[in-house]
Amino acid sequence: MLSRTAANLYWMGRYMERAETAARLLQVGERMSLIPSTGAGHRSEWVPLLQANGSFQTFEAKYRDPVQRNVESFMFFDHDNPGSVAACIAAARENGRIVRTALTSQVWDALNTAFQELKALERTERSELPLTRLTDWTLRNTALVRGSIAATQLRNDGHDFLNIGYLLERADNTARLMDVKYFVLLPRVDFVGSGLDNYQWTTLLRALSAHRAFHWAYGGEVTASKIAHFLILNRQSPRSLLTSVQGVNDHLNRLSHGYGRAGRPQATVRKLLGELAELRIDEVFDEGLHEFLTRFIHEIAELGDAIFDAYLSGDAR
Amino acid sequence: MILTVHHRTRYTYDRAMRGVVQTQRLTPSRFDGQSVQAWDIAVTCDDGARMVPGGSFRDGAGDLVQSCSIVGPVTEVVVTVSGTVETVDLTGVLRGHRERIPPEAYLRPTSATAADVSVADLARQATDGVPESDGLARAHRLSEAVQAAIAYRPGVTRAHTTGAEALALGEGVCQDHAHALIAAARCVGLPGRYVSGYLQATENGTPHEAAHAWAELWVAGLGWVGFDASNGVCPDDRYIRTGSGRDAREAAPIRGIARGPGTEALDVTVAVGQAQQ
Amino acid sequence: MTQAQAFFNEMFDAGGVRGPYQQLQSWVDDMPAELRSLKQAEAEALFRRIGITFAVYGEGGDPERLMPFDMFPRVFAQDEWRRLERGIIQRAKALNAFLADVYARGEIVRAGLVPRDLVYRNEAFEPAVVGFTPPRGVFSHIVGIDLVRTGPNDFHVLEDNCRTPSGVSYMLENREIMMRLFPGLFRENRIAPVDGYSEELRRTLASVAPPKCDGEPTVVILTPGAYNSAYYEHSFLADLMGVELVEGQDLFVEGEFVWMRTTRGPQRVDVIYRRIDDAFIDPLCFRPDSMLGVPGLMDAYRSGGVTLASAPGAGVADDKAIYCFVPEMIRFYLGEEPLLQNVQTWQCARSEDLKYVLDHLPELVVKEVHGSGGYGMLVGPKSTREAREAFRARILADPGNYIAQPTLALSACPTFVNEGVAPRHVDLRPYCLVGDRVTLVPGGLTRVAMTEGSLVVNSSQGGGVKDTWVLSE
Repeated sequence: MLSRTAANLYWMGRYMERAETAARLLQVGERMSLIPSTGAGHRSEWVPLLQANGSFQTFEAKYRDPVQRNVESFMFFDHDNPGSVAACIAAARENGRIVRTALTSQVWDALNTAFQELKALERTERSELPLTRLTDWTLRNTALVRGSIAATQLRNDGHDFLNIGYLLERADNTARLMDVKYFVLLPRVDFVGSGLDNYQWTTLLRALSAHRAFHWAYGGEVTASKIAHFLILNRQSPRSLLTSVQGVNDHLNRLSHGYGRAGRPQATVRKLLGELAELRIDEVFDEGLHEFLTRFIHEIAELGDAIFDAYLSGDAR
Repeated sequence: MILTVHHRTRYTYDRAMRGVVQTQRLTPSRFDGQSVQAWDIAVTCDDGARMVPGGSFRDGAGDLVQSCSIVGPVTEVVVTVSGTVETVDLTGVLRGHRERIPPEAYLRPTSATAADVSVADLARQATDGVPESDGLARAHRLSEAVQAAIAYRPGVTRAHTTGAEALALGEGVCQDHAHALIAAARCVGLPGRYVSGYLQATENGTPHEAAHAWAELWVAGLGWVGFDASNGVCPDDRYIRTGSGRDAREAAPIRGIARGPGTEALDVTVAVGQAQQ
Repeated sequence: MTQAQAFFNEMFDAGGVRGPYQQLQSWVDDMPAELRSLKQAEAEALFRRIGITFAVYGEGGDPERLMPFDMFPRVFAQDEWRRLERGIIQRAKALNAFLADVYARGEIVRAGLVPRDLVYRNEAFEPAVVGFTPPRGVFSHIVGIDLVRTGPNDFHVLEDNCRTPSGVSYMLENREIMMRLFPGLFRENRIAPVDGYSEELRRTLASVAPPKCDGEPTVVILTPGAYNSAYYEHSFLADLMGVELVEGQDLFVEGEFVWMRTTRGPQRVDVIYRRIDDAFIDPLCFRPDSMLGVPGLMDAYRSGGVTLASAPGAGVADDKAIYCFVPEMIRFYLGEEPLLQNVQTWQCARSEDLKYVLDHLPELVVKEVHGSGGYGMLVGPKSTREAREAFRARILADPGNYIAQPTLALSACPTFVNEGVAPRHVDLRPYCLVGDRVTLVPGGLTRVAMTEGSLVVNSSQGGGVKDTWVLSE
């Protein structure tokens, strides 16, 4: 397959995942804004979300006031914000359009319909668009695209690159979300069981659509190390770092079998996976959660570079 | 006359390039005025890189085109040409040269050879009074007029200077003389083209530039005839003809593109001598 | 709809409904208005969903505008089509023979049948391919011939397209859409299929693989990129043929061959169906500033390492001044009489023609020699005095750049309009493939001027498209 085609598929995956993350953050934000907080009032609840998304400064420069309507504009509609739902879906669709021949008609249809509906939403009066409609719309469409991929795409190398994009982005997003909230997960005795703590943990889990799953998986008391374990090392958790890295590893293995050769990407992911698989959660806390996550984000980026050099650049021999 | 040529072109890059592709017109033309006794073109690059010879063919103008590519990382490419050619003075006439491109095809301007009002005026004045039937005389007049209008002076014009611009400046090098002459010739309906090659330096005169260029104009009845407006002569047995085209870019001995982040530096040395008989 | 008119009506003649359209009379009569608008909306949604849109050069606006699609098909009887087909194939052969000749010895020029300057000073004449013989001697592998009809048996060629004629995706998609919207019509009528086109195109391209290719040739389509107005077509054809759609950056020359950058490493490419203009295909040979091309491509081509379709310089056969000589070409190379007529053409480069043109501007269509897409033309009968005077000045400034033709009474085909069904003028572009054999699928692109009375069918000027049927009995 053309290296450029592989790159477009990879980026299509990354942007779709990023759009979904943005919508999830908005969903959580709205929920939190409905519950009276213990701190500085409703408005400030949006700030951590923007911080999680790494876009607070961009937001502040343009909108200043972190009220819901502004945050909605910024995180859903704003094409100047490369992490907004609209920008991500447009970018995913553009990547998809360039490589239409590598997508099944169902996948293209799902992607293009999302884009066309998005344009219709952009033309709709904002008063007719409650936030739930926007977030539901996004999650439904991203699910539709992913479902079409799962159901119809040939399991060829293009499928691998698409999924590698999705999974790397997911690993990165989960790690970043945790990193913003890492201080909440520090096992400081005095906070455990306090209203604030529970609340923040719940936020984090909700942002990852995982709070019910968490209870099913662990039960009993919510503790920092259980949450950290769930998001980092749990193989059942769909968004844990280990699950994501395992997925990248599997797809890279498929590529090396198909192409009859392995290289730096496979070596890099194997090392990362090996480390995660043997890691215990108290070791993470020993290293320092923030330090661990920083290192992980860096390693994910390195893995991305290795994949670019080996497959996407077109310069590999 | 037997001429020897040593021509070395060295490209260096301040950062390693991913690859280089070149197309070369470095082989002496086949016509009655010159015959090759020995000729060798070598392309070398640094150890980490690999040179792959490309296709080779004779184009419609009769030039031998050779291409090559270098697979990087590469920081240096050296093209070395050396050989011996026996030449005969045909007073500029390109006799016995096989080519397919009709002369009319050279009446289309390129950006380097487009005429402006001054070029047209120069052409008209130069040929004033010379009957259209006497193409050779008209061609000589044009060449003389260009020589008079553009003083030889290196360093004032650049690779992309057009013939019309050089005429406006009144100064230039052989490339500018050739471009201006081609532009002027077209104004009076004479097809003209750019020729690149070598010129042997002599002790008495001061011929310019061993890696040389001149123009050929189409004269009905004679065919293509060379005019070196820089030196005010028609090419004789001191000249070796290699490539041709509608302008310097098309006729260039080496055209290449390097892919990568670096910037290119170029160093050329040419020596043309007369072999001991 | 049956009143006497100054143009040929494809559906009705003095005797009523013409044969090929028999079935359509009841189809349209039985279609309630609601159903029609429902189907029209469905068609539009289908086009939108598959993403078949086009951008109009120089107009800005929505680059994803839909081409207006008219559901009323244009129909040819089998015998009508057979005659057309022979004429088109004859013309495609002659055009290729002309190209092979002018890039070799130029016998037709030596014979004095085509003026030297018209060929060799033509801006589409490419010195870089002189003396080079492409595989099987074919220069133009896809020949699009624009035809208009003025009577039951009168077809005229408006222009030839030897470079990279576009629009074939519409021919294929229009058929797909029609089959989805009106399957019943296809059961009742025996309509020759057009979907063999992509396989025939692939086969044609593979048949001109270069001498250095051993084994199954790798064919690719080279596009300027996703922002080109015809990108949809490029990707559509690549998909149907099962070949890669590449941009210049995906290809590189190494040694004697062209390679594409793939996730498995370099893969050799043998045949490039290029949809970019000559000037951009190789910065080492043509425009040095081209970012779209592949450095060294022309050397690989001329030394037999790769085939380009069409050959650079193929455009010299299809400019509007050369057009006048196509009947001569047919006689000279094929020893046959032309089966399709040319439209009478005045060349403003000739002083007597120029005089005639300037004296008769209100009744002529004046075009730029190298223009396309309906730009830079004057339709005399539809023009204002000011427009004609402005055009007169442009012609006088550069007569050689203009030709003129009589305003033809283009045939009209029933077309859905707001008020119901009304005749609208149409033309036809069939696509002839030239490789080891010369073939034509039964159909083509029918373009329709959606505005009443308009004769300009170009999509860039508001024209639409129709499905084109050839009945197989």
